Amino acid sequence: MSVNEISGLIVGVIVFLGSVLSLISAIGLVRLPDIYTRSHAATKSATLSVLCILFGLFLFFTVIKGYVSARILLGIVFVFITAPVGGHLISRAAYHSGVSLWESSIQDELNGKKDKHHTSS
Amino acid sequence: MSFQLIINLIIAVIWMFLNNAWTVSGLVSGYVIGLGILFLLRNFFPSRFYFIGVMAILKLIVIFLKELILSSFEVMGQIMQPKLNIQPGIFAMDIELKQEWEVTVLSCLITLTPGTLVVNVSPDNKTLYIHAMHLPDVEKAKRDIKNTFEKAIQGVSR
Repeated sequence: MSVNEISGLIVGVIVFLGSVLSLISAIGLVRLPDIYTRSHAATKSATLSVLCILFGLFLFFTVIKGYVSARILLGIVFVFITAPVGGHLISRAAYHSGVSLWESSIQDELNGKKDKHHTSS
Repeated sequence: MSFQLIINLIIAVIWMFLNNAWTVSGLVSGYVIGLGILFLLRNFFPSRFYFIGVMAILKLIVIFLKELILSSFEVMGQIMQPKLNIQPGIFAMDIELKQEWEVTVLSCLITLTPGTLVVNVSPDNKTLYIHAMHLPDVEKAKRDIKNTFEKAIQGVSR
C-alpha cells in the first residue's frame, strides 16, 4: 500500500468514527427524558463528532491533496467556543422559565436560589 | 509575558539577519535560541519565565482532550443501554478561581465535557450550579473537576 492509501484509510476511520458519534448523540436526543439530559447529548457528543469529522477533513486536505487549510482548524475552534455557550444559555433559560427536572433526578441544589438570581440578573 | 515574547521574537529576527536565512526553519531555530537566552536570564525579569505559562496552557488542552474522549464514551455507554439507568441532578460547586476569564474558561470546559453542564453561575462568581447526567457520587464529581480543570487553570494564571 502506498502512503496515500494508508492515510486515506486513517482519514476514513476518523470520519466514520465522527459520524457514528453523531448518530449516537441523535439517538440520545430522542431517548433521554428531559431538556437538561437532552442538551447533554445534543451539545456534547456533537462536539466530539464535529471535532472528528473536521480533523479527518483537515488530514485529508493536508496529506492527500497537499493543501493546508487553516480554515478547518478555525472551524473547530469556533465550534468549541460557541457550543458550550449555547448549551449553557439553553439550559439556563429553561431553568429560569420553570422547566422541571426529570422525576428520577436525585437532587437539585439550585432550587430556592432561582428567584433571587432571576431578579438580580 | 507579552514583553518576554516580543524579546524572544526580536532575537529570532536578529538570528535570521545574522544567518541570512529567511525561511521558517531559520525563524524556528532563532526562536529556540532566544528561548534558551531568556531561560538563562529568567531571574532578571519581574514576571516569571513565560514559557511556563505556555506549557501550562498545553497541559490544560491535553487534560481537556483526555476528559472529552473518556466522558464521551461514558455518556454514549449510558445512552445505548437498553434501559435508561441514569440519575441526573444539579449540584453546587464552590470554586476558588478569582478572575472573570478563569470562571468563563472553567465553565466552558465543564460544559464541553460530556455529562456535565453549567446551569447557572452565582452573581458573586463563587459557585457554579452544575447539572450532571449521571450522579451516583456528588463528592467524587466535585473532586474530579477540582483536580483536573481547576488545578490546570490555576497553573495557567499563576
